[in-house]
Amino acid sequence: MISEEQVRNVANLARLGLTDAEVEKMSGQLGAILDSIEQIQELDLANVPPTSNPLNLTNVVRPDEPHRELPREEALRPAPDDADGLFGVPRID
Amino acid sequence: MAGDILGLTAYELAREIAAGNVSAREAAEVANARVEEVEGEVNAFVTTTPEIALDRAARVDEGDGAKKPWDGVPMAVKDVLSTRGVRTTCGSKILEGFEPLYDASALLNYGEDLVMVGKANMDEFAMGSSTENSAYGVTRNPWDLGRVPGGSSGGSAAAVAAGEGWWALGTDTGGSVRQPAALCGIVGLKPTYGRVSRYGLIAFASSLDQIGPMTRDVRDSALLLQAIAGHDPKDSTSANVEVPDYLSELEGGVSGLRVGVVTELMGEGIDPGVREVVERTVKGLEGAGAEVGEVSLPHSRYGLPAYYIVAPAEVSSNLARFDGVRYGLRVPAGGVHEMYRQTREEGFGDEVKRRIMLGTYALSSGYYDAYYAQAQKVRTKIIEDFRAAFSRYDVLVSPTSPSVAFEIGSKTGDPLAMYAQDICAVPVSLAGLPAISVPGGLSEGLPVGVQLISDHFTEPMLLRAARAVEEVADFDFALKP
Repeated sequence: MISEEQVRNVANLARLGLTDAEVEKMSGQLGAILDSIEQIQELDLANVPPTSNPLNLTNVVRPDEPHRELPREEALRPAPDDADGLFGVPRID
Repeated sequence: MAGDILGLTAYELAREIAAGNVSAREAAEVANARVEEVEGEVNAFVTTTPEIALDRAARVDEGDGAKKPWDGVPMAVKDVLSTRGVRTTCGSKILEGFEPLYDASALLNYGEDLVMVGKANMDEFAMGSSTENSAYGVTRNPWDLGRVPGGSSGGSAAAVAAGEGWWALGTDTGGSVRQPAALCGIVGLKPTYGRVSRYGLIAFASSLDQIGPMTRDVRDSALLLQAIAGHDPKDSTSANVEVPDYLSELEGGVSGLRVGVVTELMGEGIDPGVREVVERTVKGLEGAGAEVGEVSLPHSRYGLPAYYIVAPAEVSSNLARFDGVRYGLRVPAGGVHEMYRQTREEGFGDEVKRRIMLGTYALSSGYYDAYYAQAQKVRTKIIEDFRAAFSRYDVLVSPTSPSVAFEIGSKTGDPLAMYAQDICAVPVSLAGLPAISVPGGLSEGLPVGVQLISDHFTEPMLLRAARAVEEVADFDFALKP
């Protein structure tokens, strides 16, 4: 089970606005999903290494060579607010 | 010729174009006309691009003759793949007017000459199994317009089944190519993780996502994989492994091939009609000379819960980028945090919000070890199960989806029922293996997909086995509706 207070706390971490109705619905649905996920706890995996990449690739690097990237105007084109050649945002609160 | 080409496979059409018997322009016109004819009923696309199809077809026709063997065949492209200057929404309101600045690497073998008929509809950010989670309306299954096409690549699957383009690209994170292919009666291939570059594929779960061909038959699948496979320095997870010829051993048959039926994926939760089709297909393979046995994947039942931790965890991180700053929707607000919250509240749909919440919860302080770390270890156990199975068998078989296409609206209120659609698909994804869904026959008058699974980078053998399934299957591709 996950309480409405927990839902609001997680939503805040995720910077996700939720209406009161969504919080209530989410509490029930996330609770049910988490209950079904719980079954992985029954496995004793203390000495099993974790897998984060199925091919076990690690530390792939490419040569550090300078190359042309997107011009500034291009990169800013899809931005909602491209103030003064920068990404504009509202006041940092 | 033009009227007749609708019945050709992509491979056959490509040959006709290369031989000069059909122009790329004729093919594009036929595809555009078919879109015009059925799109009102099917809604396979978020955006149709008839002019782009014609322009690029003209370029193919005017080309210097050094044509690639897939040139000129009209294609539907899932709307999660970035297309330069062409609106790319991911089925989400948050990217409603977004025009990418570059093309996905998987499209670059075509360069400017990709004859694209449109951007195919999908579950928002590829999260879903029915294409009902799209901000641009539900796609209907061409076999029965009251039913879903599956998802998340439901638009791509429906487009191919309806002939709105000869083939399509989809993406598969936990079954999103294979399940809609099964439900729409087409072939869907998820290549080995890393086989196809993810650069320009808008990320859902980066350790699982893979682009795959959705086609009328297995030969088309091999040809399209040939066009998109390869190493890409722009994707650090793309595999630096040589690309073999996927067509050369296609007709080799299955004599002596060791085929293992996965016990755990043939029992509870699988509709009897689906099971029957899979069993009949396996009998057919045995008749064609395969050595058939049963194989156990003991941890496969933990696949779905592990997937629903790993994938949402990656979602909560990947979708942080949709914050109203660099692209997409912004809801104006007094302060930056309120702007983030309102933009994401307004821009995301229910399922995406659920997964962001689930992933954020699973990664949050105090829960990380119990959920995420444990799920990553389950992933290791699932890989070990497959490794043991591949020591005895070359190819594993299961249903692709536990049921045939279901009624629109019948599962939208119950996320867990929807998630169960991918019970046979997710263990494969967690292990990064290649798998293909091939139509095996009908149940309740609707297509059933048979899933074949093989070891990493063994797609040539997988395609050969799939081609044999096609031979023994009680199914022939025919355009719907």
